[in-house]
Amino acid sequence: MEKSFVHPYMPNSVPEIRQQLLDELGVKDVKEIYGSIIPEELLYKERLDLPEPIRSEYELKRHMTGLLNKNISTEEYTSFLGAGCYKHQVPAVCDEINMRGEFLTAYCGDTYSDHGKMQAIFEYASMMGELLDADVVSYTTYDAGQSVCSAFRMAVRLQDSSGKNGEKEKNVILVPDTMNPEIYSQTVSYCRNVSEIVKAGHDEESGLMDLKELEGRLKEGNVAAVFYENPSYLGFFETQAEEIARLAHRYGAVCIAQPQVSALGIMESPMNLGADIVCGDIQPLGMHMQYGGGQAGFIASHQKLEYMEQFPTYMYGIAKTDKEDTYGWGRAMNYRCSHGSREKANEYFGTETGLWGITAGVYLASMGPQGMYELGEAIIQNLKYLTVRLNEIEGVRANPFGGSNFQEVLVDFSETGKSVADINKKLLEYGIFGGKDVSREFPWLGVCGLYCVSELTTQAQMDALIDAIRQIAAGKSDVSDKDSQVSKEVQAWDM
Amino acid sequence: MGYVKKNRDFHQARWDEPFIMEMGNPGERGVLIPQASDEVRKVSGGASELVPAGLKRKKAPKLPELSQMQVLRHYMRLSQETIGTDINIDIGLGTCTMKYSPKIHEQFVRAEKFQELHPLQDESTVQGMLEIMYKDEQYLKAISGMDKVSLQPSGGSQAIFANVQTIRAYFEEKGEAEKRDEIITTILSHPANPGTAATLGYKVITLYPDENGLPDIEALKAAVSERTAALMITNPEDTGIYNDRIRQFVDIVHEAGGLCVYDQANLNGVFGLTRAKDAGFDMCHYNLHKSFSSPHGCQGPGAGAQCVSEKLAKYVAAPTVEYDGEKYYLDSDRPESIGKLRMFYGVPSVLIRAYAYIRTLGADGMKQIAELSILNNNYLIKKLLEIKGLSMPFAEGRFRMEQARLSWQELTEDTGVTTDDICRRIVDYGFQDYFTSHHPRVLPEPFTPEPVETYSKDDMDEYAAAFAAIAEEAYNEPELVKGAPYKAALGARIKEECLTEWSKFATTWRAYKKL
Repeated sequence: MEKSFVHPYMPNSVPEIRQQLLDELGVKDVKEIYGSIIPEELLYKERLDLPEPIRSEYELKRHMTGLLNKNISTEEYTSFLGAGCYKHQVPAVCDEINMRGEFLTAYCGDTYSDHGKMQAIFEYASMMGELLDADVVSYTTYDAGQSVCSAFRMAVRLQDSSGKNGEKEKNVILVPDTMNPEIYSQTVSYCRNVSEIVKAGHDEESGLMDLKELEGRLKEGNVAAVFYENPSYLGFFETQAEEIARLAHRYGAVCIAQPQVSALGIMESPMNLGADIVCGDIQPLGMHMQYGGGQAGFIASHQKLEYMEQFPTYMYGIAKTDKEDTYGWGRAMNYRCSHGSREKANEYFGTETGLWGITAGVYLASMGPQGMYELGEAIIQNLKYLTVRLNEIEGVRANPFGGSNFQEVLVDFSETGKSVADINKKLLEYGIFGGKDVSREFPWLGVCGLYCVSELTTQAQMDALIDAIRQIAAGKSDVSDKDSQVSKEVQAWDM
Repeated sequence: MGYVKKNRDFHQARWDEPFIMEMGNPGERGVLIPQASDEVRKVSGGASELVPAGLKRKKAPKLPELSQMQVLRHYMRLSQETIGTDINIDIGLGTCTMKYSPKIHEQFVRAEKFQELHPLQDESTVQGMLEIMYKDEQYLKAISGMDKVSLQPSGGSQAIFANVQTIRAYFEEKGEAEKRDEIITTILSHPANPGTAATLGYKVITLYPDENGLPDIEALKAAVSERTAALMITNPEDTGIYNDRIRQFVDIVHEAGGLCVYDQANLNGVFGLTRAKDAGFDMCHYNLHKSFSSPHGCQGPGAGAQCVSEKLAKYVAAPTVEYDGEKYYLDSDRPESIGKLRMFYGVPSVLIRAYAYIRTLGADGMKQIAELSILNNNYLIKKLLEIKGLSMPFAEGRFRMEQARLSWQELTEDTGVTTDDICRRIVDYGFQDYFTSHHPRVLPEPFTPEPVETYSKDDMDEYAAAFAAIAEEAYNEPELVKGAPYKAALGARIKEECLTEWSKFATTWRAYKKL
């Protein structure tokens, strides 16, 4: 039986008001309206198969809290998970600003109605420009994956429009075979009809890109771009960044780099090491992890027209006004993107991640250069400590490549005779989320987990992990009540 | 009671804030962060030793140096210079479904039990989150009538993209991918329809409206062939006119061997009244931040849902969320899937809000949303059409669904005042500017309001009265409207050439200073 009811979200559900509206239109009921425009055979005669409504806010809250309480968060367990999503300090000011109803509920208003939003987004781009040493920064994209995808297609278009490719079509993108597998799969699917993504090998000793192989492939003359991550997905710095860019340019290819933004206080921007397009994710800059919903991408380049024309998303441009020292903004040159080009579009875009752009702006303004330096330093120090301590455990080898790492490190458990999945299951009993199992993604690595720290990881948490792994590796895997109690205590005072 | 304020003396906050890049002083700090312990530092050394020589940052980034209160104040002021749905009668952004986003939902998405979840946690520790996602999928199956749902898309456009990828996968398996290289859409469909099709290399055929404002069915008949991969069509289109021949459109394309994809971004008026399945579609998509009420967040994050029929179920974006009778789990083992659309699994905050919204309203509530949005829209149209100079082209005398495309053409011809002038002037009355039309403007001087179910009769009366006042201004004092706005946050008009000439264009402050 259908029930109409007065609901707080629907003022005109009050029968008398509804009647006034109906009277104004001279109809008996709403069905008379839609019945006159939707053909009878298309009308849905049944009642949607949905649960009965939860009446009040409190009851809804009780229900939702019940569901959410089935989760265990990284505030309860210690997490060593990264692989593209990172737990960092989120300044309260970031949350305060993105909770503001004006920002939270605004949408696509323009120059005059949403002046503050336009300024906040321009300032975000401006601060990212400083962090990256880049003059052009796009509106935020869905995530790093989307940014990398678009950067690849931008490079292919640049080759089309540069007129340099007399003989051979340049449509190959060379990527390191240690690349983030999730983003790699996104790019293959997204770019399939315009380019071929080819994995280039790595040096067996160091894990770095094999430059000999890279040059060999570049010599084939069909390479549109060379891509690298810094640090790599597996955590090590790509120390040959400058050389990679030089090689790419020698053979007419574009150099695309994905830096980890939280490293940029201590690590040189790829823009200053020869990269032409820089892209990545801003989730570390003030976004909670939100089970992966805090991701947002950026794309940046030098102020070169041929590059700027290839950006496939909105760009917020600054405009002078007739008042000195007062500026406005607008979304400009929309012919570049699908909103302007429709069926001639090179790529598409839509509602992406504006609120995260504004939040990242608040974060960068709060952190300043000193904060970004200290962030990078704390992360790299914590990781070094973890690496040293892990290597003291028999049968465990951290950082098998031996180079310098930032934030994440491979931990090889092959000699323990246990799988990463087994170890992670055991670690749960200690209140620990172990590193991501990358054994399946990279079988040639052996039995490896990818462990991640941040500035929030404490020495006590790392020591507790070391103790737990030592016990698990030695086969003393059953956690006694006492042990688990100890680890919980560590948790409690550590938080 | 029912008071409608018609002489509101509005003025938006105007702080004339400087650039954050120029504020503050060297050495100020906005936030302090945890440092590594002494022992950790002793073991590891400093950053200068840990970063390889060639990668050390040479010059610190020129970020602002500001104390916390000053950062907060700057952004509070910018927020005040932004007109969100929370503070205005946001009827103008038609097709965007600017409905009330319940505040209680914000408490859920800001709970630590959600915000501090890492996407790679063991599934046993995220059962609540997975249950919400799984049930969302089931609810959307009921609403669409479709057989399989994926919540991976990051937004409506990416959901459309997923549907085009599914078209490609389907015909590849049939061995017809080479031959079927055309996608048909309509000029009044969202640009993501032709945009995503073109992104994947399809030739796009665009149908224009016939004299009734509906996509020309004769043009469709002429367009279909053995090269047709799919029809991607919106209903209702931005005009708000329900395409009552939609079933025939579908049949024509199916007969030619193509697939049919329903763009259901404009779902708000059809909840529980009619479903994609009933019109014979193979796929559809929803924008979960629109009809399912997530705040739009200055353009995202949103979320999309891809919904498909049984024969296409194996192709949907991975992973999906499944339930084995005991536990919920992510199913990534979908070999024929179009694969990953984004990192991790969709946009969970929007999925939580959509879940809470559906649970709040139930079947009858959802239907009531549709009914009241249709009722509101036709009421507002009646009020607006009393205004001199404003008309509603096409299908005269027919009711509209939940939105309508109106035209100021007559007023422009009479007074020289254009829709863009009115769009600026309405800000002086305390309203968000309005959506005119996507490019290209098929109808002259467009205006596309959408008074969703959360707006009251009084809201609509105030809204219509403001436009009546502006129309009167246009006829009596056109320069007043053309010079607007006067009371907006930005107290001056911009020099448009800065946004249309590359030599004057900058997306960052550093680039601007170099121009």
